[in-house]
Amino acid sequence: MSSGKFFWTLSLLMVASMAWGQKVTWQDIEKELQTQLILAEDGDVIDLPAGHYRFTRSLSLDRKSNITLRGAGMNETVFSFADQQEGAEGLKITHGSNIVLEGFTVLDSRGDAIKVQYVDGITFRDMKTAWSGKPKKSNGAYGFYPVQCTNVLIELCEAQGASDAGIYVGQSAHIIVRNNRAYENVAGIEIENSSYADVHNNDAFNNTGGILVFDMPNLTRYGSHCRVFDNRVYDNNLKNFAPRGNVVGAVPAGTGIVLLATTACQVYGNSISGHRTAAVAMVSYYLMDEDIDDRKEPEYDPYVTNISIHSNTFDEARKSMPNIRKQLGLLLFLKFGRDVPEILYDGVVDEDREMQGYNYAGPAGICVRNNGPVRFAFLDLSHGRKADPIMEPEGFDCDKAPLEAAELTLNNE
Amino acid sequence: MRIRHWTWGLLAASAIYLVSVSAMWHPHGLAVPMKLSDFQFFEGDMAAQLPAEGVMPYTLNTPLFSDYALKLRFVRLPDGQAVPYNDSVVLDFPVGTVIMKTFYYPEDMRKPEKGRTLMETRVLLHEEGGWSAWPYIWNEEQTEAYLEVAGGSREIQWRDDRGKKQVLNYLIPNKNQCNGCHVGHDELRPIGPTVRQLNGSYHYAHVQGHQLAAWRELGLLHGGPEEWADAPRVPVWANAEDGSVAERARAWLDINCGHCHQPGGPAETSALNLHIQEENPTALGVLKKPIAAGRGSGGLEYSIVPGKPSESILLYRVDSDDPGVMMPELGRQMIYPDAVEVLTEWIAEME
Repeated sequence: MSSGKFFWTLSLLMVASMAWGQKVTWQDIEKELQTQLILAEDGDVIDLPAGHYRFTRSLSLDRKSNITLRGAGMNETVFSFADQQEGAEGLKITHGSNIVLEGFTVLDSRGDAIKVQYVDGITFRDMKTAWSGKPKKSNGAYGFYPVQCTNVLIELCEAQGASDAGIYVGQSAHIIVRNNRAYENVAGIEIENSSYADVHNNDAFNNTGGILVFDMPNLTRYGSHCRVFDNRVYDNNLKNFAPRGNVVGAVPAGTGIVLLATTACQVYGNSISGHRTAAVAMVSYYLMDEDIDDRKEPEYDPYVTNISIHSNTFDEARKSMPNIRKQLGLLLFLKFGRDVPEILYDGVVDEDREMQGYNYAGPAGICVRNNGPVRFAFLDLSHGRKADPIMEPEGFDCDKAPLEAAELTLNNE
Repeated sequence: MRIRHWTWGLLAASAIYLVSVSAMWHPHGLAVPMKLSDFQFFEGDMAAQLPAEGVMPYTLNTPLFSDYALKLRFVRLPDGQAVPYNDSVVLDFPVGTVIMKTFYYPEDMRKPEKGRTLMETRVLLHEEGGWSAWPYIWNEEQTEAYLEVAGGSREIQWRDDRGKKQVLNYLIPNKNQCNGCHVGHDELRPIGPTVRQLNGSYHYAHVQGHQLAAWRELGLLHGGPEEWADAPRVPVWANAEDGSVAERARAWLDINCGHCHQPGGPAETSALNLHIQEENPTALGVLKKPIAAGRGSGGLEYSIVPGKPSESILLYRVDSDDPGVMMPELGRQMIYPDAVEVLTEWIAEME
């Protein structure tokens, strides 16, 4: 190497280090740490000292109980997977119970950042998942990704840059997601096919969509019972950068909260502001796939049912242009132009239920009350995409009995 | 007769116990031997991989693709015990069974006599508490393989079947990664040895015979149809003469994907099921939207679009070597063009 080239490389390295605000020395603890994770015994606390560590393969913990991985803090202990050669996630935890992850960052994994599957009792605290640089579709899909778990606690964490959802809880039960920050993801926080989930006191901002509660067909379980309350959901206007084909790819930029085919969910006490397309939307799965009836299992309910949206405060970006790159945004623009109402319900209702005298204030119905001076539109899409929306429709001004709080059983304090 | 078998079983069990105890002083404190030779699976020169008495070599009709590595498979049942026949799931080997699979590269795929390098031997142990999986890595001298729970890597070169030189930083899975594939319904189990995979011929030294016929004759298998033609069988997928394109494609998907992509398998979250028994077209991916594919979707809408391979996510992921995209997500780094070709044909001819 010529000396000129050497200095050029050196100065590049220094710039890269300075961008971190400190000189970063990357260390390799890959084999030692992986061995430690494999040999960990019940009750072990594995300390992850402050420092920056690089990994070439996924780290994994399998079939362990009562294990804590403890870093020195999310900004102190940093795991980078930028050099990853193998594995579809940064850290993968499977088949265990009472696992605690705290105080470290998982950066630049090739696929998902932290996937946890088949675990009873998983706590994420003071953790961060992120992808460097601007949000882009080559980033991994999920930051925090517990799936098929029970007793899930995610608190005081940060999620940035996920090309699907920053914090995603799927096919799980008994969940609390609180006091987290999710930003620059496609979906900030997403609860999918899960039950007994409390999502509260989080900040979801500068994502494509802030908080999503979805129920998808043909999965191992379906969801119900969620409470989304006291969150700050604002300025989620980021261009959707999900790779096509993914369901969140359908979310238009400028979306606050979406309930998709959700059952038994209450959204209250949130402050929702600054969205260019839709602040709160309740939609059926038919918006994703009109032919789902041919493909779904009989027990899947594609409608949004038993919902209460109350006592939220709104400060939306009136007179803004909805994002028309996505079908839903285009539909809203065609109906409302630059003045989309804050609360939207697609109005797609099960015909059988309608025949049986379905009424919105009934148990399967939807209540919208006490949200300040906002507009509520019933899109009536049951009668085709060209149906005229009904503004401030009757029959929705009602209350529901509060849902019980999500309760967790965690034996790791 | 029965009593004698029983006694032999006990003896075998205590022998295994002794092996386990002798290894208790392993620095990791694990109840398996540190050295592969301690299993006493092989006779003479370890590198020759000649099975000791009671160790049965076997082969599969359609094996998992592992970056072109070739494999030697062996099973040892507890003395006097047999595995019962079943026509759908992996054989239920009795407690005390040990299964080994050695991965190697010949110097030249076209000239096996030129020599080979043994890379690793994966061991599956069936004990009272269930199955467990252990990776052993061969030394440079090829005299011994050592337990390495964290796996490892090793550079390897070979000439492929066209004589082209290939170089690979071969990755040996860690113990958790072994579990990652060998799990189903929360329990570990073998994947390959099903009747449909074993239903074929095998070259035993100088004799060629039917595998399952030999197993039954030796008392390793009981039950099953009189004629092996009446038992299920997957084709040798790489043989274009053996079965239709669809049958060959399904055989390949079954062994490469079906262990995760089945109800109770880790990929059940995706609602895509690729095991051989799946008959529901949506579950197989036909016009099925992805659930958590992320950039694995490749910007495509459905797992399989009949007649349109280039619009099918399944093919996009098999035809990738990016860890965040490719499928299977473990166990390979290279793209397997032969598999891509058969899957392409299969999707192209779908209606």
